[in-house]
Amino acid sequence: MNRRFAGQRRDVVSLLGTGLTLGATLICLGILAVILGYLLWLGAPQVSWRFLTAGAESDMFDVNKAGIFPMLIGTVARVFLMTLFVIPIGVTTAVYLTEYAANNSLLTRFIRGAVNNLAGVPSIVFGLFGVGFFINFIGGQLDEWSASPAPHWGKPALLWASLTLAVMTLPVVIVATEESLKAIPPGLREASLALGATKLQTLCQIVVPHALPGILTGGILAISRAAGEVAPILFTGAAYYLRDTPKSLSDQFMDLAYHVFVLSTQSPNIEATRPLLFGTVVVLLLLTFSLNWVAIIVRARMRRANRVGN
Amino acid sequence: MSSDFLPRLTMEATVPADEVTPPPSAPLIETKHLELFYGQHRALKGIDLAILEKRVTALIGPSGCGKSTYLRCFNRMNDLIDGCRVVGECRIGGEDIYDPKVDVIELRKRVGMVFQKSNPFPKSIFENIAYGLRLHGQKTKPEIEAVVEKSLRDAALWDEVKDRLNQSALGLSGGQQQRLCIARAIAIRPEIILMDEPASALDPLATTKIEELILGLKRDFTIVIVTHNMQQATRISDFTAFFYLGELIEYDLTSRIFTNPAKKQTEDYVTGRFG
Repeated sequence: MNRRFAGQRRDVVSLLGTGLTLGATLICLGILAVILGYLLWLGAPQVSWRFLTAGAESDMFDVNKAGIFPMLIGTVARVFLMTLFVIPIGVTTAVYLTEYAANNSLLTRFIRGAVNNLAGVPSIVFGLFGVGFFINFIGGQLDEWSASPAPHWGKPALLWASLTLAVMTLPVVIVATEESLKAIPPGLREASLALGATKLQTLCQIVVPHALPGILTGGILAISRAAGEVAPILFTGAAYYLRDTPKSLSDQFMDLAYHVFVLSTQSPNIEATRPLLFGTVVVLLLLTFSLNWVAIIVRARMRRANRVGN
Repeated sequence: MSSDFLPRLTMEATVPADEVTPPPSAPLIETKHLELFYGQHRALKGIDLAILEKRVTALIGPSGCGKSTYLRCFNRMNDLIDGCRVVGECRIGGEDIYDPKVDVIELRKRVGMVFQKSNPFPKSIFENIAYGLRLHGQKTKPEIEAVVEKSLRDAALWDEVKDRLNQSALGLSGGQQQRLCIARAIAIRPEIILMDEPASALDPLATTKIEELILGLKRDFTIVIVTHNMQQATRISDFTAFFYLGELIEYDLTSRIFTNPAKKQTEDYVTGRFG
């Protein structure tokens, strides 16, 4: 008998496997391409220097005159402020969980569970939380304290919107930081401790600097998520229309993402203002991408600095 | 000092022929019935041992015999392990290092360590050594520069790296990295250097360099080295302790351990019949 190692059936299955996985990947890519292509096709012509730098003084629905400068400033400001809050708190929490908390103690498990649950809370709930806690409670207390006649802090404000976003993105930063702290070779810690460094010195000078790329990844994810969110800022700081850009932390602000919502639902003439809508969407996307991009470049630099020569 | 912790020999015999330093008066490290538990597991079963000053003492034995664990008792690196407990006495310079009043930082300043896997910090060569100096209060640049150079010279690395002190230590070869780790350890002038299989990941040439270095270092430091390599123990150590299953089987002059051991188990191990 001349038996051959015929594996036709297996070949077919293998081919099917390749085909299915490749197909799924292509579908993902295709969807992304369609979305980006569609948005750019409709929105790009609207994006001009004037569009980016003009305010909305006259009429924010006037296709030829309206600009998005205040919204751009508002979004950048809230994302920037949020990062200032979320990175220190998130990183410190992660450091506590990985370095100080007794592993697998009831408290540690409880905190981890709470963090994970925090990540699953719908963003509109964070918005309501922001109103209840930051505006009514903290803001109200501040107003009472300073005995101001009109609510100064007890109303939607840039500060409260940023804080609400920070609370929302905390789990992202905590988890990313924890992962990168755990990934540090134990030899580095041992080397530092064996030289007579304290735990805190080891943390500040060896562990955290080494974990910075990972921490930054958390920051990137937090920024990406926060930049496009509308629900948490809807009640806590975003304004439908303002004459001006925000000047202080207690001011309300206009926001790109919220402006997209306004343009698509509140416009007196949806058809006529459609170019504005798509232009704003394109700018929002570009802003998110470039924030990501900057963070990724910084991270790559740090990684290179961490392992030169290898 | 009761003699049963010392290797069975006269003090004259502890001084090899090529030795120039005066003979030591008392043991520097001394453990009495030292036991170590990982949770319920008893990893060290009552170790009595006295290690002499400015000598190289090798700890040998098959994997899992407790030699590394024992070594890590001397700078309390075992403290980092959850559920690890030490019972008994461990004295360095007469002081019980497990006394609650002992400052672990001060202890580790006096007892340096070189690890099996070279672990330079992802910093420049200069900064790797300056790190320990700054930790212990040396601030001025000329002072640090001087010590960095001296340490690198003592670690036989200076000529290879003097032109690239500001480059990353991770660009060095494995052997160079390990010598940098030795330089880093000696920079803060400890009395004792613990070495946990420092050459086990290195090629023969790099190993030779490390061994030569160790022979030079014993003029200034007391060295305790864990090794898997028995030839290495014969080449560099004055005394050898053989561990098996958490117990100290035999402790003696290296020459005697390898030529005329008192115990059958030791003989079987050093002649390669088991382990």
